[in-house]
Amino acid sequence: MTAVSPALRILPEILLTLTGVLVMVTEPLLSAKTSRKPLGIFALLGTLAAIAASAWQLHLPAGTAFFNTIQTDAFSVFFHLLIGGILLVTLLVSLNYFEGHSTYVGEFYALLLFSAVGMMLMTSAIELLMVFLGLEISSISTYILAGYRKRSAVSAEASIKYFLLGSFATAFFLYGVALCFGATGSTNIHSIATGVASGSSPLLLALALGMMLIGLGFKVSAAPFHVWTPDVYEGAPAPVVGFMSTAPKAAAFAVLLRITYTGFGTMSHIWIPLLWIMAVASMTIGNLGALTQRNVKRMLAYSSIAHAGYLLVAFTAFSADGLAAACFYTAAYAAMNVGAFAIISYLSGYDERRVHLQDYAGLAKRHPLASAAMAIFLLSLIGIPFTAGFFGKFYVFTTAMHSGLWILVTIGLLNSGLAAFYYLRFLSQLYMQPYDAAQDISEAPAQPAFVLGIAILVAAVLVLGIIPNRVLRLAQAGAATYFPCSGTNAAEVHTQPNLLR
Amino acid sequence: MNASILTLITFLPVAGAGMVTLLPKRLLPAFTLLFTLFIFLLTLHLPAHFDTARHGFQFACNLPWIATPAIHYHVGIDGLSLWLVVLVGFLAPLGVLVSWRVIDHHQREFYSLFLLQQTAMFGIFVSLDLMLYYAFWELSLIPITLLIGIFGRKNGRAAAIKFFLYAFIPSALLLVAILWLYAKTGTFDFVLLQSQMHTLATGANATGLWLASLAFLLAFAVKVPIFPLHAWLADGISEAPTAIAMILAGKLGLYSLLRFHVGLFPDQAAHIAPLMVALGVIGILYGSLLALVQTDLKRLAAYATLGALSFCVLGIYAFTAASMDGAVYQILSESVSAGAFFMLLGILYERYATYDMAQLCGIAKKLPGLATLFVITALSLIGLPILNGFVGEFMILSGSFQTHPRLASTATLGVILSAAYMLWMLQRVFYGAPSKLVAAGTQADISGRERFALWPTVALMLVMGVASVYWMRAIDATVPAFAPSFAPVSITTRISNYARMTNLR
Repeated sequence: MTAVSPALRILPEILLTLTGVLVMVTEPLLSAKTSRKPLGIFALLGTLAAIAASAWQLHLPAGTAFFNTIQTDAFSVFFHLLIGGILLVTLLVSLNYFEGHSTYVGEFYALLLFSAVGMMLMTSAIELLMVFLGLEISSISTYILAGYRKRSAVSAEASIKYFLLGSFATAFFLYGVALCFGATGSTNIHSIATGVASGSSPLLLALALGMMLIGLGFKVSAAPFHVWTPDVYEGAPAPVVGFMSTAPKAAAFAVLLRITYTGFGTMSHIWIPLLWIMAVASMTIGNLGALTQRNVKRMLAYSSIAHAGYLLVAFTAFSADGLAAACFYTAAYAAMNVGAFAIISYLSGYDERRVHLQDYAGLAKRHPLASAAMAIFLLSLIGIPFTAGFFGKFYVFTTAMHSGLWILVTIGLLNSGLAAFYYLRFLSQLYMQPYDAAQDISEAPAQPAFVLGIAILVAAVLVLGIIPNRVLRLAQAGAATYFPCSGTNAAEVHTQPNLLR
Repeated sequence: MNASILTLITFLPVAGAGMVTLLPKRLLPAFTLLFTLFIFLLTLHLPAHFDTARHGFQFACNLPWIATPAIHYHVGIDGLSLWLVVLVGFLAPLGVLVSWRVIDHHQREFYSLFLLQQTAMFGIFVSLDLMLYYAFWELSLIPITLLIGIFGRKNGRAAAIKFFLYAFIPSALLLVAILWLYAKTGTFDFVLLQSQMHTLATGANATGLWLASLAFLLAFAVKVPIFPLHAWLADGISEAPTAIAMILAGKLGLYSLLRFHVGLFPDQAAHIAPLMVALGVIGILYGSLLALVQTDLKRLAAYATLGALSFCVLGIYAFTAASMDGAVYQILSESVSAGAFFMLLGILYERYATYDMAQLCGIAKKLPGLATLFVITALSLIGLPILNGFVGEFMILSGSFQTHPRLASTATLGVILSAAYMLWMLQRVFYGAPSKLVAAGTQADISGRERFALWPTVALMLVMGVASVYWMRAIDATVPAFAPSFAPVSITTRISNYARMTNLR
């Protein structure tokens, strides 16, 4: 194998960091009155370059760099593309969000870029300390982003809450890493896998695993570590919520996959029941919680908890297909959720004028196109056939069934029926209620960038639902890096101490 | 053409739904009418080119869709689904005609959802891949729920939620069963699955197979509905707008029972058949008795529907050639007659804004045209010879008599009861002394648009009554083969005998 320059293995991260630094440096040079749009466009270009770089990485032979801390393979590329895509769309839909409301928004773009860098690092790191670095970079940026509606008390509250609980959770993760090091003498995933397979100090390892599960469970807002989610999502600016409800989750899920499947693959008897319980709890609590909400953002917050539950179902399957299903579902979920929040951010604007369900009554009359897009995202969130949400769920539950988890599948499917109610309630508000002209708020017309962003998301939802083959192949290629022969089931994996080359 | 006609028929309504969202409001009913008529004409291509001598699925199209999990876009029809597809095409323009004036708000939403549910129905009848089938099955749920909820009478929302819950929870279990089948066989394809079922039926899978068959049965039984899962029916039908009441019950569930429950799980179906026959008979009697005591016309129609559909259940699970053919024929004729009946009720409601029988008396004097159509439709529902209802009922009863003589003879009571409640209703509503509401009213008799919807339907009832062989040829070529191979009575009596008897030729 020809040596690949290590820098090429983190090329997307480098490009994004450079863009972010340039944006950050340019920001103070501009006068307060100058529009920050050019900076946003520059950030967009950087993101495009990073996405192209990630796609190019597919042609590299899979391998490690920087003393075995970074590994690029189809799996990491999948998540790089996903995070890059989320970032791209978030930039597009928030390009005009702050116009006329907030100054010095250059740092907003920079923070988004940095946080994406952190997440990308998380997905390609195979060294837990590197994971932790990525986690910190991304978390700290998102803490600030959550409070970005600077003069709003709710936004500040969201930021502080997210920060306090988030740092607590990160500490848990770090503690887990430390225990892991104590038990196996390494923080490298593969060495940990060897250590775990040797069977020494199982109690310490179980404790380490538990700690890391708590930390990551917080990041993906899985029950019972979900309590922060509604409050934070309610307060944070809507475009940011779209971003932070998808990208950090994707990254955290990637880490969770690396840790459970690779690192602790031989201890699956411990984490499978734990994830089983987390999955059931997340789905049930999320859906029941969302049913009682009248605040749109809180409702979607609970729905995101439920969707984390569906994802955990795929994890619990512990098979190549389960892994591919988890990857696919993250992408499907990202497309529909970013879309839903983008539409909310457009309809309610910077000062969040439309918070409650009844504020959306009859908006289809006033905003036919935005409502149609919202309808597509909501239908996909329900899991209506021929949308991303349906096929994603279908795939997840197929793989879970393959692993014999029929109780989990039954609970999950009943849950998705429950979920239909609150999404349909939102939908019927948009379409079926009379429009109250007295509530009329004159929105700025949608900008081309926003329209482009929404168009990308709608296309993604439909493509993933109708012709998902391309994305599926990539997800399955990613999964194959964990399970060398595709279709290996959990039992066979147990006999292979080292899952990776 | 032959390979893509089913795809065209299935997805044209979606395209129509898209167009509906763009057209100006006043053109909507006319456009949807023309569009659905066009689709109906397309469906007529199927019987014209259907080859009854050929086995297997025709007009089939089998394309790989998703590699892993292995999902194919596989559509095709046989003698069972052929006429059901045409039926869906036939009922849609009628649904538009009766909604013409009644739907006066949110027309765009109404017509696009209406077309969407038509796609779902077509999809259910033509899909031969379980994943595709399930996708359409799910898809049918949302538009119908919304249509009941938004355009229903005052309790529409509650009825819609009831319908949704009743339909959704079992179909979640259905998906679990489908996924279990996939996990065991690695395919969603109906034809492949059917050929693999006997290899699957080993000791280790016995429990799983039973559970899967029960999940299938439950999901379909609710959709029919079969007693005792009928609680949503009366509310659903009485609250739903006419166009939806016409298509709400029956054919989806009954078709799926035959195709997927009996077709995929013949052993389990044969074992559970006595229970289903008994439930069918109970349903017949229960539905008829409840219909007898209703004061609300639409609820009467709902319970009459329950009775008529239970005849089909009896026919299917009696597992004789005659009874199964009769059951499929009964699905068709019941859909036509009940469709007409609901249309007439809708017309009545448009005029008097009530379904209450106490307030509607002696209409015949005022609206003779409507009364004529009403009487013919009611007689067809009772099962009067030379009208369509007779053929199916007669074949079901005589066929099931061979395997379940006692239950079948009990079921005959249902025929008498149905005559009782229908004739009683006719007598009160049309031929009694006019009530205050009717006497004072100056409502117009049946209009041109309504004639246009009803006379073809009534003519069809007559044709289906006297020339049943035309429909029966395709049905008889396919359906008796669904009977489990060790069905208690061998298939000796071919259908032609029955056809001759029922045609009074």
